Amino acid sequence: MDYETLGLKAGIEIHQQLDTREKLFCHCPTVLRDIGERNEEFFRYLRATVSEMGEIDRAAREEMMVMRPFTYYAYDTTCLVEHDEEPPAPLNPEALELALTMARMMGMTAVEQVHVMRKLVIDGSNTSGFQRTALVALNGMLPAGARIESLCLEEEAAQRVEGVTFSLDRLGIPLVEITTAPDMHTPEQVREVAAYIGMLLRSTGRVKRGLGTIRQDVNISIREGARVEIKGVQELALIDEVVRREASRQVNLVAIRDELLGRNASIDEQTHEVTALFAETGSAILKRAKYIGAVCLRGFAGCVGREIQPGRRLGSEMSDYAKKCGVGGLFHTDELPAYGVTAEEVDTLKSALGAGEEDCVILVADTKKKALCALAQIQRRARMALEGVPEETRKMLEEGSTAYMRPLPGAARMYPETDVLPVPVSPGYVAGLCVPELLTAKEDRFVAEMGLDPALAHQLAFSAQVGLFEDVVCAGVKPNLAARTILATLRELSRDGVAVEAVGDDDVLAVLLEVENGSVAKEAIPDIFRAVAGGMNVRAAVESVAPGISEDELLSIIRTILSERVDFVQEQGMRSVGPVMGVVMKEVRGRADGKKISDLLKKEIQGML
Amino acid sequence: MPHLTSGTRVACSFAGITTEGTYITDRDGMAVVKLDSGYNIGVAPESLSFLAKGEAQPAFHTEVVQNPSLPELSIISTGGTIASRVDYRTGAVTSQFTAEDILNAIPGLGDIARFRAEVLATILSENMNVSIWKDLARAVYRDIREGVEGVIVTHGTDTMAYSAAAVSFMLETPVPVVFVGSQRSADRPSSDNVMNGLCSAAAATSDLGEVAVVMHASTNDDACAIHRGTRVRKMHTSRRDAFRSFGMSPLGTVQYPSLDVTLSADAVRRRDDEPVLHDTLEEKVGLLTFYPGMDPALLSAFEGCRGLVVSGTGLGHTSADMIAGIRELTDAGTTVVMTSQCLNGRVCDRVYDTGRDLLAAGVIEGEEMLPEVAYVKLMWVLGQTNDAEEIRRLMATPLRGEFGRCSVHGL
Repeated sequence: MDYETLGLKAGIEIHQQLDTREKLFCHCPTVLRDIGERNEEFFRYLRATVSEMGEIDRAAREEMMVMRPFTYYAYDTTCLVEHDEEPPAPLNPEALELALTMARMMGMTAVEQVHVMRKLVIDGSNTSGFQRTALVALNGMLPAGARIESLCLEEEAAQRVEGVTFSLDRLGIPLVEITTAPDMHTPEQVREVAAYIGMLLRSTGRVKRGLGTIRQDVNISIREGARVEIKGVQELALIDEVVRREASRQVNLVAIRDELLGRNASIDEQTHEVTALFAETGSAILKRAKYIGAVCLRGFAGCVGREIQPGRRLGSEMSDYAKKCGVGGLFHTDELPAYGVTAEEVDTLKSALGAGEEDCVILVADTKKKALCALAQIQRRARMALEGVPEETRKMLEEGSTAYMRPLPGAARMYPETDVLPVPVSPGYVAGLCVPELLTAKEDRFVAEMGLDPALAHQLAFSAQVGLFEDVVCAGVKPNLAARTILATLRELSRDGVAVEAVGDDDVLAVLLEVENGSVAKEAIPDIFRAVAGGMNVRAAVESVAPGISEDELLSIIRTILSERVDFVQEQGMRSVGPVMGVVMKEVRGRADGKKISDLLKKEIQGML
Repeated sequence: MPHLTSGTRVACSFAGITTEGTYITDRDGMAVVKLDSGYNIGVAPESLSFLAKGEAQPAFHTEVVQNPSLPELSIISTGGTIASRVDYRTGAVTSQFTAEDILNAIPGLGDIARFRAEVLATILSENMNVSIWKDLARAVYRDIREGVEGVIVTHGTDTMAYSAAAVSFMLETPVPVVFVGSQRSADRPSSDNVMNGLCSAAAATSDLGEVAVVMHASTNDDACAIHRGTRVRKMHTSRRDAFRSFGMSPLGTVQYPSLDVTLSADAVRRRDDEPVLHDTLEEKVGLLTFYPGMDPALLSAFEGCRGLVVSGTGLGHTSADMIAGIRELTDAGTTVVMTSQCLNGRVCDRVYDTGRDLLAAGVIEGEEMLPEVAYVKLMWVLGQTNDAEEIRRLMATPLRGEFGRCSVHGL
């Protein structure tokens, strides 16, 4: 696809959770919990509030079409602020400091006074019905040339458990939202910029890691299309695919529009009850429905069933709108007869609505109220098809296709959080913040100064343990030993089912220092970690796993082993060093350094020859 | 540059770029500007330049359509959180609202009843006073005389229990008089105003015949509790279910969203009687919380008062040091009533020596009354009579269910 001709424009919003000690507006820890550990559940309704102008935000209005009781899980690590039962605490200064540090890293200008706002969100993900958010810095630039428009500090929403049930552990964790200008013109550029910003954020060493801790929203349009915001792309690897699929969706919708306009297509205002037509139907869904409604889309035949993204049709888009009324979905004549509906039934239906070859009939089966609501939504979406691409907020599906979520919200959904006082930010404070080294610079330094292999240096620099690595090296441990232990040994033990999370950074440092000063052989490291993971302290673990062995003892072990293999040694000569070495190592089990053993062994074998 | 007023369109030079926005106000020496994204920021006032005058805000008014076949309720508004509004442009929370706004703010009220509405006051509830209590009792009395099925009083939650107790004593009502408030502001989608408002209307059309407070029963949006106006207290600064009944179970519940009302056997039922108003209150009454180490000299502050309620320890005690001062007050004609900081349970000053000494000093036992209810009741009793024996008799008699003869177990 020629994106330049299409006029592709894309911008991204990156949401990154911060690894602060406390949440943004309360003093609870920023830990995620297992839902089995919940100690309370409660439920609430939310309703959109009317603005002073008498308007309800269009996105909020749509969420309110069905009033649902939202259930929340609470924990001994959540408090009344997350429950929306207590006013917020002042803005967490640690989170603000970190946000300002990130702003400096992108050359942004901090605002002089931070105002916390409430952004209306009534899908249940915030107990209050709004998300607290504050604009912290403006107008930055990345080395690659992408402009950064703004950096906001926000509270994370509650995590959806399923349906309308949410878990409160995540609510209130601080996150930064970084918004780029719509400067990207190819899917690959979008991915590159997202990757760079992700690297930059991780360079602080103070962001959360793991799936869901960073999410990208992508804003995409083509010249003839419209701005569409795709929420929550969690995997960087999919981001360019999302852009590609959205661009092709917009191209296909524009083509459908042109075709519909050419056919002089229109949407019937009138809907019809057709329940009686399906009294004897073989379709289980239609048979048990209290009410079946239908609407005719004139000139739409073939378009409703046409694929616009892998696995998605114009009919799927209409179905997304209909589902807002609480119905399960719809049937359309582009895909019928199927699902137990016979060709005769389709014919009867079409003639009842006066539908011809060029027309498409949509069916919805549910209660009368829901079905009529859904048909109105379908008519609305069908009218939009005559316009082309509707402005929308969409959610990502697996593989990178998307589904309709809600309309793009307006600025009217934002109003001040009157319970949090504005926070002044002095230019001197911002200038005094320490800007961390970028991970890419770290990687280069590991190669240049420590002589690490480039691939290992990269892996290490981007790992969560890079801080530990630097501390250990700084304390005098050789970089290669430190890197191997931190990246490989601990991971292998973990794979073997050892509880390595019980091995603290201090333990790793202590063990490596013992190795470095020669009192423990590096072969003993895994066994020592095993013992520490089992609850021993490092001292006791070293004593039990690798009590020091004297040179005399070692020599006597070597001599005993050699005395049992005199013939082999005589026969093989110095070539016997390797095989015998393995036997000795097994015997001393890490109580002596390998090099020392090898030196002694060589000397003894030479003596025998 | 012309003087900036709220709503003025301004250009704002900042971060090397010029953005447009709406000037809102000055705060801490900074100009607050709403950017077109909806975000507010604070900037140096000198970085702003004038672009255009603000557009006048269209007045927001929705006609309230009433269903004439429904019973009539009266809404009397005194202020508070329940129907407060936020100005989206300036961010200011406005406390000026009409009771009609409540009908707009709480969709669904119109399905329960038709309403007449009156703004009696627009105050924060800590500014409530005796004069407004009297106006309130008179307004409720008038509306009941004029035939409404029930009255809803919207009120700030902090002193709502005091006002409910005051109206309980000042008014003998044959129909429900329901106090309601909200703990979470009305501008948030999670506000309890809608549920509390609908439940209060359901309670006001129910078979109840006394003064009550209707608020969330739990943190869930599942039911409101109906509390007797003389037995209720705000027990949490911020939770939805802050209001609790003392010494008795709530009078009933209103389920949500069904709005089914269930009344307990204790609830006084609706009657055909005419209401009776007793709107005199003695204002020279004090309420004193005793604490260990209290300086008895503090009692002199209440010299000249006609009444004093002491919130004592345990069964109803003060330190022995206080007794002489209390005797001086009673000798000078001040009625002193003893209640307990325990809130649950009944005062008994006949168990320990200090209590007996307090009784000998002329103190009246406040039975199981909450201290603030005893305070309101004493104001009312002293407003009805000057006769010492009659005062003592009235204080010892439950007049509006403010205490029972027997302490209920299990509470």
